[in-house]
Amino acid sequence: MTPHPDRELATPDARDGIARSPARRRWLRLHGLIRKESLQIVRDPSSILIAFVLPLILLLLFGYGISLDAKRVPLAIVIEAPSQAASSIAGSFMESEYFAPRILRDRRAAKAALTEGAVDGIIVLRADFARRLGSPDGAPIQLIVNGTDSNTANIVIGYVEGTWGKWLEIDSLERGAPMASAVVAEQRVWFNAELRSRNYLVPGLIAIIMTLIGALLTALVVAREWERGTMEALIVTPVREGEILLGKLVPYFVLGMGGMALSAAMAVWVFGVPFRGSFLVLLAASALFMLTALGMGLLISTVTRNQFVAGQVAIIVTFLPAFILSGFLFDISSMPPVVQALTHVIAARYFVSILQTLFLAGNVWSIVLWNAAALAVMAALFLGLARHKTRKLLD
Amino acid sequence: MWGRIRTLIGKEFLAIWKDKKSRTVVIVPPILQLLVFGYAATFDVTHIATAVYDQDGGPAARDLVARFEGAPVFDPIVKLDRESEIAEVVDAKQVGLVVHVGSTFSHDLLGHPPAKVQFIVDGRQSNTALIILGYANAVLDSFNRDWAEAHGMSPAPASLVVRSWFNPNLLSRWFIVPGIVALLTLVVSIVVTALSVAREREIGTFEQLLVAPFRPIEILIGKSAPALLIGLGEASGIIALAVFWFGVPLRGSLPLLYLGLAIFLLSTIGVGLMISSLSRTQQQAIFGAFMFLVPAVILSGFATPIANMPEWVQVATVVNPARYFLEVVRGTFLQGMPAPLVLDLIWPMIPIALGTLGAAGWLFRHRLQ
Repeated sequence: MTPHPDRELATPDARDGIARSPARRRWLRLHGLIRKESLQIVRDPSSILIAFVLPLILLLLFGYGISLDAKRVPLAIVIEAPSQAASSIAGSFMESEYFAPRILRDRRAAKAALTEGAVDGIIVLRADFARRLGSPDGAPIQLIVNGTDSNTANIVIGYVEGTWGKWLEIDSLERGAPMASAVVAEQRVWFNAELRSRNYLVPGLIAIIMTLIGALLTALVVAREWERGTMEALIVTPVREGEILLGKLVPYFVLGMGGMALSAAMAVWVFGVPFRGSFLVLLAASALFMLTALGMGLLISTVTRNQFVAGQVAIIVTFLPAFILSGFLFDISSMPPVVQALTHVIAARYFVSILQTLFLAGNVWSIVLWNAAALAVMAALFLGLARHKTRKLLD
Repeated sequence: MWGRIRTLIGKEFLAIWKDKKSRTVVIVPPILQLLVFGYAATFDVTHIATAVYDQDGGPAARDLVARFEGAPVFDPIVKLDRESEIAEVVDAKQVGLVVHVGSTFSHDLLGHPPAKVQFIVDGRQSNTALIILGYANAVLDSFNRDWAEAHGMSPAPASLVVRSWFNPNLLSRWFIVPGIVALLTLVVSIVVTALSVAREREIGTFEQLLVAPFRPIEILIGKSAPALLIGLGEASGIIALAVFWFGVPLRGSLPLLYLGLAIFLLSTIGVGLMISSLSRTQQQAIFGAFMFLVPAVILSGFATPIANMPEWVQVATVVNPARYFLEVVRGTFLQGMPAPLVLDLIWPMIPIALGTLGAAGWLFRHRLQ
């Protein structure tokens, strides 16, 4: 006989489980499981460390550590024969805030400095520079960069071209023959006018850090229960497999969201990254991503059923793939098509895109909704697979 | 003593090898990851989707637009009809560059130059944005040169000639792939070692090992040797792929590279074992592994130069073995770095290796309460 719901409410402390409605029984079971997991978390503080201390340390370290903005580039300027023109060019590099130049007399010392990595580039003004200046071919100025770090080399080339262009302009004015360009470019960098790489790297880093945390929090928990045999103990109780997973998910979800909030707050108040989207959208997207990351950890844990292997898998499939394939540092649209297709299985990719847009551009729905939908699909997939695997293991 | 060590090494190999899942995890992903990452990790920008909004439509404007269409790097090119579309395509990341030619372009160009053209880029990826601006300016420069020539304006008195050493075409793959060699070696050695002691502690077999007539140094060698061999083997595979698959030139001395590799591996194995013997549970060991691995990668100079970091972070990188090995790998591959310079980079890893291995050996016994 099914009890009347009103009666059920009237006697909330009834100990007789059979007398309760299925929904309430399910809730009580879930409540018990969540309580059990939460107690475990509190007793072994490593989860709390992972959720709060890890983002704090990593974000501080990376926020300051990762920067693509080369500043005060060490440069060697070789002046083979002193002349007024040569010192005028050298002067414009000395004055520029982008360079830390030193003047050398011969090329050999400069080349050694470049090989050692003591300078990032060499500017060579040859002995015949002053003589050939203004001749029909123009005097050649040689710039040699260390191509080992191609990205820095490109940045150095850009800086040198800029300083060089300015010198040409001033020089032509001084000679009374203004060398006007026909067309000048007006450059507009939207969303990040000063081109601070930190502004886009920090939101991306949050996605990487939360990937690690989500996987770390759950990758071992189910595996540990299997290893210790407590999973079997749980199974013989009337709880269902979905409830076991949900019971594990809820406390870690709360922890993970706490870490996320801390990271977002640090991005804005410590690193001064603008936040132009809405807080609610950030909250919703973070919740979806947290479910995906935790779901991945649960799946690893369920499939391996062994903490040792679960730990190894978690290290290998989370960190480097998220670091390299998420678009946080390396632009996805520049990757070969096959690799671009592969990036679709990296959950961090969607979250990086959402975070960069929310922080720097605002609520751009065409980006937010599409990526959020992808995250929802991945979360459902991971959690569904974890549940399916748990059920299969029971049979 | 050697007999005992050999037994221990055999046991450790067996522990890694007998578990099929663990075996697969240690061997397959690094090779796959090199292939994928080698292609994925690039700072080069290709196929820049470009939007052109030409309000002028005169012959000069059309000539400028045609130069963008002619440059293979700007692809595909879409034409916009309304100013409001600019925000739409940039916001939704549909294009990387917008070229906006205003309605007075021809008038300014012929009447009172300079005329203006606007380049709009997406700062959400400021590195990419900078590179795109560089390409766009190069197109504009070629337009200006031809215009100056055709209209009898005076040429520049001097010209800048750029040459790039060690990597003449500035391929970022040549920079990244040797870096990945260092990265994957680091990850593999940590994965193999970080859990090994913690697992045995949790199961209780480590106590048995300690009461058996083994000295800590023997246990240390037993635990390190398999990781060293696996690391060397795996790194060899990865180096071979870098050379033969990705075609990155290997110009320096291979023996020196292996010397650096072995010492680097010893230092990371030391860190892994230290984490493992400090941890009470495998969960803590995994946590410790991440706490080492992530900063070690980020602060190694793999993707972003150490020189760009603030002073205090640069100081902190001194204890990071990956930082030295990364320079050894890159120097050996691209620069053919002379031996004294390579040795200068190798020796700082020796105290790190000795310190971490020593600490791990000491912790074997003293961690036990």
